[in-house]
Amino acid sequence: MVSRKIILRFGEETSGKPIIYHLVKDFDLIVNIIKARINPAKEGTMVLEITGKNYDRGIAFLNEQNIKVQMLDEHVVHNKESCTSCGVCTTACPTGALYLKRPEMQVVFDSSKCIVCQQCVKVCPVKAMEVCFD
Amino acid sequence: MSISRTYDEINEKIKSGKVVVVTAEEVVSIVKDKGIKKATQEIDVVTTGTFGPMCSSGAFLNFGHSNPRIRMSKVWLNDVPAYTGIAAVDAYIGATEPKEGDPLNTNHPGKFSYGGGHVIEDLVRRKPVLLRAYSYGTDCYPRKEIKTTITLDSINEAFLFNPRNAYQNYNCAVNLSNKTIYTYMGMLKPNLENAHYSTSGQLSPLLKDPYFMTIGIGTRIFLGGGIGYVAWHGTQHFPSMLKDNKGQELHPSGGTIAVIGDLKQMDARYIRGCSFLGYGCTMAVGIGVPIPILNEEVMEWAAKSDEELFAPVVDYSDEYPNFNSKGLGVVSYAELKKGEIEVLGKRVKTAPLSSYPMAVEIASKLKEWIKLGKFELTKPVQKLPNANDGIVVNFLDDKGKK
Repeated sequence: MVSRKIILRFGEETSGKPIIYHLVKDFDLIVNIIKARINPAKEGTMVLEITGKNYDRGIAFLNEQNIKVQMLDEHVVHNKESCTSCGVCTTACPTGALYLKRPEMQVVFDSSKCIVCQQCVKVCPVKAMEVCFD
Repeated sequence: MSISRTYDEINEKIKSGKVVVVTAEEVVSIVKDKGIKKATQEIDVVTTGTFGPMCSSGAFLNFGHSNPRIRMSKVWLNDVPAYTGIAAVDAYIGATEPKEGDPLNTNHPGKFSYGGGHVIEDLVRRKPVLLRAYSYGTDCYPRKEIKTTITLDSINEAFLFNPRNAYQNYNCAVNLSNKTIYTYMGMLKPNLENAHYSTSGQLSPLLKDPYFMTIGIGTRIFLGGGIGYVAWHGTQHFPSMLKDNKGQELHPSGGTIAVIGDLKQMDARYIRGCSFLGYGCTMAVGIGVPIPILNEEVMEWAAKSDEELFAPVVDYSDEYPNFNSKGLGVVSYAELKKGEIEVLGKRVKTAPLSSYPMAVEIASKLKEWIKLGKFELTKPVQKLPNANDGIVVNFLDDKGKK
């Protein structure tokens, strides 16, 4: 069975609900939580790897619950021509996918660590980080 | 015997191709190895560099006259308002002016996608820019409206005139509050989660000549990829001695320069429009200043390393906006560049806003220009006030404050 990586975004009203319990119990899905995070405004982000024949029904359930589902094949691109290597994205990036290579202080993007939270897209002063969809 | 050399001697060596130039980064290890005296004997010029957002920037433009003539009283470039309270077809486009109709911070944090800095970058990229202007009309300037496209090559003059650039030193910004704040120092996460700084440290022009022994009015510089000049001391030029928490004097801090240069010579690699989330638009400017090694004293400062140069740590949630001193102390550029500093006992992740690789590139490029004989040094026609001149800072007297 194919496993797929997805990102869930919870609002304040949904972040308190036992959503993952329902995915497992009601839809018999195998869920691997890669990353989970909740901010002080009670908004949450979760990256999941999901396996199971009821995948589509599980996604439909998430949509019904007002949880935003994004496929991880939405990815972030680092436009090296545009990037000035200022480095301001590196403290916005929650996973260390964007980091400064020392001692050169060059900004490096390791896309395998990117969870597409898009913080870098928002904070990059020269718009060198872009979201792309496959 | 002490070593000394003059501007003329250096320029003679530039002409004969014998000049010895190193960057402000390279000079650090040379002086460590050879000592001040020997390094001063061998090196003629040290080149510095910086590339970062510099808000107090903009360009004077002269569009040329239309037929019939118009005396422009309102001007927009790609919908960004420019100041035209000067002669008929002259305008000043400021780097931080947002596009008209920008939602600003109504949906906080605003994006500020396009502004004056972007207009200047587009001009330098030779992109066509939409010019719109209105006038009330006069007998000598009857036209009341114009809408046309211009390019950098189609207009008469275009020169960058930045009233305050290349800050000698800058704050290391942190956030002590419990909510995220959006500042000109970037997005600062709550409870001391990150610290942003904005100086190239050991490559920073005014930190390497902190008493302005060589940098003054008329100093020829690298500006945005072309040749520019120091026009004056910058606005808010408040050179004073930086002290640590114990009151120990470290080095001068707080100087600025006003710079001028031909926009038509510039390269968009070194002039970039910027958008700061929740704050506004600005422009990143690349500046490189040559320091002539006139004597050992000049060399002593030019050879200072990241370990010997410090930034004050400032809280941007309360200390900066409300002048409530928190006494967070100072950190060295060596610590800042390592990626972590300690503030109030907490390890805090650091990130720069000013690009160190670009600073290296600019200092190296300036070094090449000098070595190739393309760039001679100028003796300042007047020195800039320094930290010993007792400049007093004025504050705006808010008489209506309740």
